[in-house]
Amino acid sequence: MRNAVGDVQTVLVLGGGSDIGSAIAARLVQQGARTVVLAGRRPEAYAQAEQSLRSAGATTVHRVSFDADDTDGHPKVIAEVVSTVGDLDVTVVAFGVLGDQSVDEHDPAAAVAVARTNYLGAVSAMTVVSQQLRTQGHGALVVLSSVAGERVRRSNFVYGSTKAGLDGFATGLADALQGTGARVLVVRPGFVVSKMTAGMDKAPLSTTPEAVAEVVVKGLAGSATVVWAPAALRLVMSALRHVPRPVFRRLPV
Amino acid sequence: MNEILLTGWGRTTPTRSRVHLPADTDATLRLMADGNGSRGLLARGLGRAYGDAAQNAGGDVLDMTSLAGIHAVDVDAATVDVDAGVSLDTLLRHLVPLGLFVTVSPGTRYVTVGGALACDIHGKNHHREGSFARSVLSFDLLTPDGEVRTVTADADPEVFWATAGGMGLTGVVLRATLKLLRIETAMVSVDTERAGDLDDVMARMEARDDDYRYSVAWIDLLASGAAMGRSVLTRGDHTPLADLPEGKRANALDYGPKALLSAPAFLPPGLLNRLTVRAFNELWFRKAPVSQIGHPESIATFFHPLDMIGDWNRIYGRAGFLQYQFVVPFGQEGAMRQIVEELVRHQCPSFLAVLKRFGPGNGLLSFPSPGWTLALDIPAAMGGLGPLLARLDERVVDAGGRIYLAKDSRLAPHMVPRMYPELDRWRELRERLDPKRRMTSDLARRLQLL
Ligand SMILES: Cc1cc2nc3c(=O)[nH]c(=O)nc-3n(C[C@H](O)[C@H](O)[C@H](O)COP(=O)(O)OP(=O)(O)OC[C@H]3O[C@@H](n4cnc5c(N)ncnc54)[C@H](O)[C@@H]3O)c2cc1C
Ligand SMILES: NC(=O)c1ccc[n+]([C@@H]2O[C@H](COP(=O)([O-])OP(=O)(O)OC[C@H]3O[C@@H](n4cnc5c(N)ncnc54)[C@H](OP(=O)(O)O)[C@@H]3O)[C@@H](O)[C@H]2O)c1
Repeated sequence: MRNAVGDVQTVLVLGGGSDIGSAIAARLVQQGARTVVLAGRRPEAYAQAEQSLRSAGATTVHRVSFDADDTDGHPKVIAEVVSTVGDLDVTVVAFGVLGDQSVDEHDPAAAVAVARTNYLGAVSAMTVVSQQLRTQGHGALVVLSSVAGERVRRSNFVYGSTKAGLDGFATGLADALQGTGARVLVVRPGFVVSKMTAGMDKAPLSTTPEAVAEVVVKGLAGSATVVWAPAALRLVMSALRHVPRPVFRRLPV
Repeated sequence: MNEILLTGWGRTTPTRSRVHLPADTDATLRLMADGNGSRGLLARGLGRAYGDAAQNAGGDVLDMTSLAGIHAVDVDAATVDVDAGVSLDTLLRHLVPLGLFVTVSPGTRYVTVGGALACDIHGKNHHREGSFARSVLSFDLLTPDGEVRTVTADADPEVFWATAGGMGLTGVVLRATLKLLRIETAMVSVDTERAGDLDDVMARMEARDDDYRYSVAWIDLLASGAAMGRSVLTRGDHTPLADLPEGKRANALDYGPKALLSAPAFLPPGLLNRLTVRAFNELWFRKAPVSQIGHPESIATFFHPLDMIGDWNRIYGRAGFLQYQFVVPFGQEGAMRQIVEELVRHQCPSFLAVLKRFGPGNGLLSFPSPGWTLALDIPAAMGGLGPLLARLDERVVDAGGRIYLAKDSRLAPHMVPRMYPELDRWRELRERLDPKRRMTSDLARRLQLL
């Protein structure tokens, strides 16, 4: 259960190997969470993450198999997690792939693979988790969207469109969950230095997984429904939204 | 049945439940039998517990205020037989004109008898008369096996003391018989004195509390330096008929308190800050008499001043607020002083905090135990509040004290066994009454009580 100062007890990370996802879990553990489930494709690879969660104070850490692309398997995975750890106070939808725009825009199978993980996988996972949150009458779903989905750009529209879809779904779900005791927090990071962006040139206003986690925890403590990381991106994006398309197309973003 | 969001008085963590209004005892029995069980069941009174004690996320909640009958008053024996959902407000309107008063009254009369028993509440007279359960002669408890047992402290002390202070987790209290106090008038004679600092007020309480039935000190936690802990101490007793002016004796037992104002539904955020609260506390301290003896006050003014403003909990805005109440044993005055110092250092925007002395305690999870208790309201949005209170919890435990579960909304689960050494014994008894763990609450989940 969440308490009156916003601390929670149980955290599930879908995409358990995600740098941002584990930073959020670590930050929640610092604030008193004791049980963490890391669910991803390669649970054996999360031993290090488990160790650092434990040294931060987690008493129970489970690593379980979860493939975002195997949507048929989602209900079973979530049900097993719930039967092991009980109510889900915070669930982080952290999985995602960046793809390779130069390939994806010409290769239907590659484009669909990005859409399958980032959009279909997320739609399925969010739906399954939201059913559990309705049943338990409380809980928060944290969804890693991206500024790339806020206004989709020429330079990464395959990835960007999947985040636009996910963002729309999560925002609608947030409204649908009004009055159920459950809530959704949509997170829109800019460029985050993580595995996903390894080797890429840093974009302006780049940030770290820890800084994203800080923004998320602050959002959860209050009643926020959308947060940007860094927060300044909110203003940047509200300006970019109104840039005429012919100009936007040529912007080096 | 209504699916709605519930919170406690502090309005902090809303969760959704199916709320039922049982029409009669049979309906309560059926609801107990029907519950699908997976998210459990809980009785709720008037929702005056500050945190999540009367919430059951995803599960069933029985709103007991729908069963609020007064069955019989025995004026000669000074007892009353009531449904558990009756409020002290209703009860007092009935009893005071008969020359009777509840033995224990909290700071609001909008609590039910069931809630008062489940939290084993205390009043300003704990040092003399003990907690609410001490005045409960017997109660009917519906347990999840569908059985209704009539429980007395003599015949079944285990079930009695597992239920008193048991936070609704042993079953549903349906009905109770209370021992009452005889009064001759509806007035209270109050002695008031100002104390310049914490040591001063504690010394005054230690010296003379035992001379009074009721005693409470209001502390200004924003005053610092030499004025740290400055307080207004009010003590008194029910006014005997002979002390009333002749002209007032004929209507000595008239009683009809009104809620005067209601806090507006929407208030600007940030209304409560250090400046406004400090100004309020200052004004309040200055207007208190330096010393006054035998001042006549009404029952409502003396016992339930906050009830004059309806829904005052809204002034804390959307983020809500919490109350921190702890007790430390006598002999641990140093710990009390350190905690007050820390609160003052953090300048929590707290309206008057309340300091009382407890007499002997009882029960397994019942809060009061001999010592000093302090209660203060704090806006939940105050920066650094979580870590600050966690540090104070440690001090409280080190001093051999505890936190009041009826007020709690943020304690860490591992602290509970350190504060309530009888927790395991309580769990054992509870398990016997409810082996399938049908009774549960958000408090029970958060603090891992079961
Ligand atoms: C302004 C204010 C002042 C207060 N002052 C004091 C004080 O001076 N001293 C003090 O001790 N407390 C005080 N309290 C706390 C209050 O007395 C308790 O929280 C009390 O339990 C509230 O009663 P309720 O009917 O609102 O119960 P609720 O808040 O609805 O429920 C509280 C608990 O009782 C259980 N419960 C309720 N009804 C039943 C039933 N029929 N059978 C079984 N379990 C039941 C619930 O499950 C829950 O665990 C104060 C609260 C407020 C808001
Ligand atoms: N980094 C950024 O700049 C940035 C900016 C905005 C938004 N985001 C979003 O934030 C989220 C987390 O990203 P990150 O920066 O933490 O990157 P990351 O470390 O690469 O994490 C992404 C995780 O997704 C997992 N994943 C990919 N496909 C999966 C599948 N089919 N099933 C299960 N898990 C799968 C990966 O697991 P494996 O370890 O098995 O590959 C990886 O652990 C992503 O949704 C991302 O789109 C990132």
